[in-house]
Amino acid sequence: MTQALFGQLLIGLINGAFYALLSLGLSVIFGLLNIINFTHGAQYMMGAFVAYFLLQWAGLGYWWALLIAPIVVGIVGIVLERTTLKRLYQLDHLYGLLLTFGFALIIQGLFRHQYGSSGLPYAMPAELAGGRNLGFMFLPNYRAWVIVFSLAVCLTTWYVIERTRLGSYLRAATENPALVQAFGINVPRMITLTYGFGVGLAALAGVLAAPIYQVNPLMGADLIIVVFAVVVIGGLGSIMGSIVTGFGLGVVEGFTKVFYPEASNTVIFVIMAVVLLLRPAGLFGRAS
Amino acid sequence: MTATSDQYVGAILPTVPGVSTAHVVAFLVMTTALVAAPFFVYPVFLMKALCFALFACAFNLLIGYVGLLSFGHAIFLGSAGYGAAHSAKVWGFPPELAIVFGTAAAAALGVVVGALAIRSKGIYFANITLAFAQMAYFFSLQAVFTGGEDGIQSVPRGTLLGTLDLRETLTLYFVVLAIFLFGFLSIFRAIHSPFGQVLKAIRENEPRAISLGYRAEQYKLLAFVLSATFAGLAGATKALVFQLASLTDVHWTMSGEVVLMTLLGGLGTVFGPVVGAFIVVTLENYLAQLGAWVTVVQGVIFVVCVLTFRRGVVGELGHFLRKSL
Repeated sequence: MTQALFGQLLIGLINGAFYALLSLGLSVIFGLLNIINFTHGAQYMMGAFVAYFLLQWAGLGYWWALLIAPIVVGIVGIVLERTTLKRLYQLDHLYGLLLTFGFALIIQGLFRHQYGSSGLPYAMPAELAGGRNLGFMFLPNYRAWVIVFSLAVCLTTWYVIERTRLGSYLRAATENPALVQAFGINVPRMITLTYGFGVGLAALAGVLAAPIYQVNPLMGADLIIVVFAVVVIGGLGSIMGSIVTGFGLGVVEGFTKVFYPEASNTVIFVIMAVVLLLRPAGLFGRAS
Repeated sequence: MTATSDQYVGAILPTVPGVSTAHVVAFLVMTTALVAAPFFVYPVFLMKALCFALFACAFNLLIGYVGLLSFGHAIFLGSAGYGAAHSAKVWGFPPELAIVFGTAAAAALGVVVGALAIRSKGIYFANITLAFAQMAYFFSLQAVFTGGEDGIQSVPRGTLLGTLDLRETLTLYFVVLAIFLFGFLSIFRAIHSPFGQVLKAIRENEPRAISLGYRAEQYKLLAFVLSATFAGLAGATKALVFQLASLTDVHWTMSGEVVLMTLLGGLGTVFGPVVGAFIVVTLENYLAQLGAWVTVVQGVIFVVCVLTFRRGVVGELGHFLRKSL
């Protein structure tokens, strides 16, 4: 029983790491752009594919992918924002949702056309192969790395946004973009870079996921809906909320697999319904 | 003036504001075309398009007139399909009762989901309905009566009211057409009733509508349940037509598809969802052999519509003719 419990706790933390990274990106984007980035799942998938391409075509391994993939996918995101999303800011925010949904369909459709629906294998970096026996459970090194690394990325992002000058501009622009622009800060550029950064986080999560889940054109399609629920539970736009809820819900989901496996797919949505009843703005969100 | 919802909703002989000659002409053209169509076009294809057209009209009631984008309307299409298929196949319900049962199941789900989702707006609302749809999907995948991956197959079509043999394709077509027209006219009636006017007022300025004494939450919930019910009617009918209720109808891609149909046809137009549904179903019919390209084409339509064509086909036509269609 304890074996199973710790095993699922680990899987829960791994899933939680991905939930946290993805919902963090969504939150950052939502905070400034006020759109839900439906392309997020596709961009996560693109991150994994860029890692795969780098290895296949350029012989660049995992560590390079960890650096290059977020930049490449982030730039693609920035182009998307500059050419299309930017035209929709004056309109109802729902158009942004529909546009990014359309892009998600296009990207996933193209990748599926080219690479089919079965996964492509991506080797684990040699440095992180193997694992260690902790006495009560066996801990694969790579999984430990994913948890520690994503936690570090999340906390750094939180620190930058909540505790630095750059972050204070960002938060100010979230509250009142016109006023911040009047102080001489280039808000449109900040919006573009923020979108690129959020997308980069998704791609980073994709690279981290590649050795665990394989590289698959649809790897982000269903995951992103769970992440939407995570974001609703945490409260849209709340940075710390995304991180805490992401990891927390991953663990809850893991435990559900031990105690009541039938509900493990739905538990997050049930929690979402309960949270909505009690706190419509989410656990960490402020009522608008 | 104070107004309560029952004062309006229960009114039987109301004035019908906003019904123009253009509406009547367009309706007559549409009905004539649909009556003649099965003699020229494969009827099963037409029935599929009619079911989706009703589904899109139901969806449009919410986005076009209350301004709420539901990204989970597949729940209602799918659950009604399961309800109708299960009651017809396992319990031996005749088709009319199976459709009523399926529709009622969707309406009941509409009350539950609506009560939870209606408290939020905009993007939150879209997110929440999407999450509920995903929950319904996983439930349908695991529950016993839905048949999981297999779905409920070879659902008997039966005999409508003991007289009309629905195994005859043409008979079935005209029954489906009648159901579609009933749904279409009911939704049209709801939109152009005082109830519909209040919905529009809430969409335009909710605080002001509340300050005028309208209970916005109740109106929105009622609109949500109506929308769910007609989506359910479409789903139950669809299950009988294809003799199948499957996971496809509860998957979130289906929720996306109805958004696409309505957006392409024209959000908030009366005939837009019908036109959009016919275009999308036709496209999918021709692109079906191309596999993943269907998704790409759908995505491109979304992007083009949002960037350049926000009024949709019927909206643009209406704008050109200077008539509201």
